[in-house]
Amino acid sequence: MSTETTVQEKAPKAPAKPLFTAKDRKLITDPLDDDNPITVQVLGICSALAVTVQLKPALFLCMGVLFVMVFGSATISLLRNLVPSRVRIIVQLVVVAALVTVVDLALKALAYDVSKELSVFVGLIITNCIVMGRLEAFALANKPGPSILDAFGNALGYSVILIIVAIFREFFGSGSIMGFNLIPQGFYDMGYVNNGLFILPPMALILVGIIIWVQRSRNKKLIEAN
Amino acid sequence: MELVNIFVKSIFVDNMIFAYFLGMCSYLAVSKKVNTAVGLGLAVVFVLGITVPINYLLENYLLKPGALSWMGAEMAGIDLSFLSFIMFIAVIAATVQIVEMAVEKFSPSLYSALGIFLPLIAVNCSILGGALFMQERDYANIAQATVFGLGSGVGWFIAIVAIAAIREKIRYSNIPGPVRGLGMAFIITGLMGIAFLSFSGIKL
Repeated sequence: MSTETTVQEKAPKAPAKPLFTAKDRKLITDPLDDDNPITVQVLGICSALAVTVQLKPALFLCMGVLFVMVFGSATISLLRNLVPSRVRIIVQLVVVAALVTVVDLALKALAYDVSKELSVFVGLIITNCIVMGRLEAFALANKPGPSILDAFGNALGYSVILIIVAIFREFFGSGSIMGFNLIPQGFYDMGYVNNGLFILPPMALILVGIIIWVQRSRNKKLIEAN
Repeated sequence: MELVNIFVKSIFVDNMIFAYFLGMCSYLAVSKKVNTAVGLGLAVVFVLGITVPINYLLENYLLKPGALSWMGAEMAGIDLSFLSFIMFIAVIAATVQIVEMAVEKFSPSLYSALGIFLPLIAVNCSILGGALFMQERDYANIAQATVFGLGSGVGWFIAIVAIAAIREKIRYSNIPGPVRGLGMAFIITGLMGIAFLSFSGIKL
């Protein structure tokens, strides 16, 4: 499963498929840095923090979000001229809820232990603001093609942050990555102790804060006026 | 006594923000001023207090395996729990809409105070999270579910008002550029979360 995600991650960075114009590429690459859903748009934070204790559930959640966002954006974009704006929120929620139900049942069937670990957070993809936010901001006003790219890009931008946070938390918190122990037993014998703080929720927030710090010191135009 | 326990537990020990990160998006986006934070917090308490009991009834008389037995013995075998996401979110979206209209009619001043926050609440994760935790924890009766909903709302309210107050003060501090604003809000929330961890040892 992990290899799939890494392949998807690299795909947008390899440029020059004639299929994508420069504008299309921007839709995918922008959310990775300049317009990252988590660190810049402040969308989808709840689940990003709660499931990042270990890398594996984080990867599964990323795939779920990717699936829901791409199909949700495509559906809403196709329906955009049919739905009156007064009821659009409910329509969006129902479309997303149906997709999330598919993800939930698929997880229960294929990876039951992960589904137990994610518990309510699969259901919470429905109200993951990143899904609704992109539907409102982009899919409602654009054709299906660009909407799918935008959804894909934003899901990747979301996944990147999730994966970084999860790697740090799992490595320092449990000394492993993807469940494989990376810190040799010798270290533990010498008195090394896993940092329990990384497993606790507050550390996820502080890590995201540090990621924002690093990103903004590289990318000065994102700095907020006080 | 059980009710008081659930109330205190859902405010401090299982705080929606600090223990589960639910409703983070609006928590970070709307916490720049104390006034707006109070408005949104009240709206969340209100909506959680209404939707959790409604979803509790749905869960127990419609969705749970065997919940349909009140319609007759032959319906007892039906399990509709795969519909729960759609039902919960539809109830929440509809309730928010109704609450919005009712508040507009009966209390225009409250309506103008809550303003745009009411519709936003439909997609606040803490509302759906409340419903899903209620489903997972299997509360014994509707009073417990209601108290849990209200307590979670109050916990969220306390969290957002506290961070709004800190952010109002911190505007006068000299923070390094890149971490100003959002970055600092994350780090402060983390520190507040560590403070709230001290409640987690309490057995109720």
